[in-house]
Amino acid sequence: MDVDISIRVDGDTHRLSVDTRTTVLDTLRERLGITSPKKGCDHGQCGACTVLLNGRRVNSCLLLAVAHDGAEIVTAAGLAVDGQMHPMQRSFIEHDAFQCGYCTPGQIVSAVAMLGEAAAGWPSFATPAGEQPATPDSGGMRDDEIRERMSGNLCRCAAYANIVPAIREVAEA
Amino acid sequence: MTTITARAMGQALSRVDGPAKVRGHAPYAFEQPVDRPVYLYPVEAAITVGRITGIDCSHASAQPGVLGVLTHLNAARTSAGASGELGILQSDQVAFRNQFVGAVLAETSEIARYAAGLVRVDYEARPHDVVFDAGRRDLYKPEQLAPSFPMDTDKGDVDAALSSAPFALDQGYTTPRYHHNPLEPHSTIAVWADGHFTLHMSTQGVHVARACLAQVFDLDPDRIRIIAPYVGGAFGSKVQPRADAVLAMLAARMVPGRPVKFQLTRQQTFSQTGYRPPTVQRVQLGADRDGRLLAVAHSCTAPTARIQEFAEHSTRSTPTLYATPNLRTRQRLAKLDISTPSIMRAPGEASGMFAVESAMDEMAIACGVDPVEFRIRNDTDTHPLTGLPFSSRNLAGCMREGARRFGWDQRDPTPRARRSQGWLVGTGVATALYSVFRLPGSASIQAHPDGRYTVSIGAADIGTGTWTALAQVAADALGVDLTQVELQIGDTNYPCASEAAASSGITSWGAAICEAADQLRHALADQPGGQLPPQGLTITADMPENPYLQQYSMHSFGAQFAEVRINEFTGEIRVPRQLGVFAVGRIVNPRTARSQLLGGMTWGLSMALHEHGALDPRFGATVNQDLATYHVASNADVGNVEVHWLDEYDPYVNPMGTKGIGEIGMVSAAAAIANAVHHATGIRVRDLPITLDKLLPESRPVTATS
Ligand code: FES
Ligand code: FES
Repeated sequence: MDVDISIRVDGDTHRLSVDTRTTVLDTLRERLGITSPKKGCDHGQCGACTVLLNGRRVNSCLLLAVAHDGAEIVTAAGLAVDGQMHPMQRSFIEHDAFQCGYCTPGQIVSAVAMLGEAAAGWPSFATPAGEQPATPDSGGMRDDEIRERMSGNLCRCAAYANIVPAIREVAEA
Repeated sequence: MTTITARAMGQALSRVDGPAKVRGHAPYAFEQPVDRPVYLYPVEAAITVGRITGIDCSHASAQPGVLGVLTHLNAARTSAGASGELGILQSDQVAFRNQFVGAVLAETSEIARYAAGLVRVDYEARPHDVVFDAGRRDLYKPEQLAPSFPMDTDKGDVDAALSSAPFALDQGYTTPRYHHNPLEPHSTIAVWADGHFTLHMSTQGVHVARACLAQVFDLDPDRIRIIAPYVGGAFGSKVQPRADAVLAMLAARMVPGRPVKFQLTRQQTFSQTGYRPPTVQRVQLGADRDGRLLAVAHSCTAPTARIQEFAEHSTRSTPTLYATPNLRTRQRLAKLDISTPSIMRAPGEASGMFAVESAMDEMAIACGVDPVEFRIRNDTDTHPLTGLPFSSRNLAGCMREGARRFGWDQRDPTPRARRSQGWLVGTGVATALYSVFRLPGSASIQAHPDGRYTVSIGAADIGTGTWTALAQVAADALGVDLTQVELQIGDTNYPCASEAAASSGITSWGAAICEAADQLRHALADQPGGQLPPQGLTITADMPENPYLQQYSMHSFGAQFAEVRINEFTGEIRVPRQLGVFAVGRIVNPRTARSQLLGGMTWGLSMALHEHGALDPRFGATVNQDLATYHVASNADVGNVEVHWLDEYDPYVNPMGTKGIGEIGMVSAAAAIANAVHHATGIRVRDLPITLDKLLPESRPVTATS
């Protein structure tokens, strides 16, 4: 069965008819040709497909497009504004926080959203009881907070030891 | 051999493909824009061995949007020479669980997948033999593997030396099945038009893939073009094309002119793309009272597939490691009804050096010699088996530098002696070794009148940084500024080059480019007035022979250090620190090189603690076939990883002086961790992975001893 939906991706509105079985990830990649989010597992286990959905990071392979009519989606491509890379993107390049680059758009979207979550005071497993994960004047986040919060994004090239300082630098800025 | 002067080489440039990759704009195989794609979804064998007795495609074919169902009854015939796993859909036989027995072509991926579930296949199953055991009676010695490593080696009299050695060790070690899991699953877009295939394919080598697939389809290689500018990780699993590429091509033959898109699911990659087979190893060491080795013996048995042979050559590097008068290695295989294992990052060394370097730690302790000193004491200037000198060998330098940086002097060797807030703390060390490989190929350089140079070579960037580092090599080969060089890779339209494998990429491709640059200079000198003609000049050259190959033994070396913390009550294992020092020849690009080495070290951590493919004896396939149940290191698993290298220049390996860095970072990182675990707990774990159950007192005896 096909259903008409409309979604906004990186600022552009797309109206299309989707199979009710189609995920948001396949809608982006196979229907709209927006291949910034990647497919690593199609099962919510790797994070390569991470996008912002209405401002929050999600695994787009786990969402059905039909359930997201009217959604606002931002991919890593959309984080770059007016051709200028997002600071997180620049920091990933500077720290060589990737090799093959397949996990990278997902890592970057996830990192941007994660800093927002921490700034909003959402604790993680690594947050000591009663403490704030990151405050604007505490100068960013501890490495174990970053590692914990980024563990939904696998990198098989294993650039983790570069991803953490790349994110820390943005967090401290 | 003329060597080249480093100007661009040595600069820590950021990746040229970085801006595209951080946006997600670098197109991987499945992302190449194509018109009117057809989607393919496979049908996998639901038995382990036997034959297909009937296939009913009627329900699948009746689905709106289904364009065809491919089975052995209607698939195009491929070459009878296409043996093993590539000979799919050519008969009713099933050789292993999940082998492709059919596929559905449809207008969308959803329709294809649903319809594939409607294909009804009936089988006649035969009993299968899938359980590996080193005591099997049918073990055999495999055919010699490329390039030229003997399966068995012998020197002196190992048994006599062991029986009279003041210190002797005889221990068994095992490693489990490992799956590559590059984050980009194997993907192909195949178009068949006018008697030609065009393939967008996730591959480590477009030319290797083409040569193989041309053979499968009995085609002149010129009738296949493969394009792969970006590859989302590979680690050995994308060297040789696998059955997924053949299936996509068979499907493309059914729908001429239309691009067939096929990406394996993560689950399918576990049965279709090879794996590092499990190993059962035995190491025997003998040493004198001064801690000098008198004998080294290492044997490995591993399973292979009945359908196609592959050997995890775990004993390959053992003869190169340490001075010893007596040496023996043995490699044996058992043929089982399983999918074919394959090359996986540091094939042989990853598993084999875990065993040998664990044994070396045990022997150092037995001799009462510090483990760093023990390795230095047994260092050698000449290859213990061939007697050749090394082109460069800085193992002792790596050990000393690593010990200094790691703070090794402070170490109290007593096991289970350091505690910190409920955690037992330990440190360990191990030797890393990987050989210098070179694979033949060619490159072309076009000199343009405006001072630019186009360097073309069918090489690959699988995350290794080729786009950046090979351009640096080319600039220095030509003696020009990097901005004058345009590099073209990842396409069979460029000269035939080897695959990105065996840490040989820069070594082989760079040597070919240096030769082309040399020939270009000569050709230019022959031009009237030494002037470039207005149309420019193009030179294609083969990688030359290396005159030193018969005179020197060529290898990279390294020292791996690790600190571990084991929770005294839960057995939880953390690795807060890994440190590696490597002697790997010239570093072309320090930024990307560091990433490769630290990625390798993290692979070692993942191997030591997490990875374990569990084979179900009822089915002969890996049960934990996804990224939730097959755990690879995640961000929170990794602590500080320090990568260092010695300034080393090797004039004998190639004009650049490079020795390869893709695998050595992984080699022995697991042994360093296992040795640190012993130091922390007093428990020697000889069976990977090191899981907490092996460290808790109550559950200790099965696989570990104090
Ligand atoms: S593709 Fe969505 S989490 Fe892996
Ligand atoms: S960069 Fe390759 S998976 Fe992360």
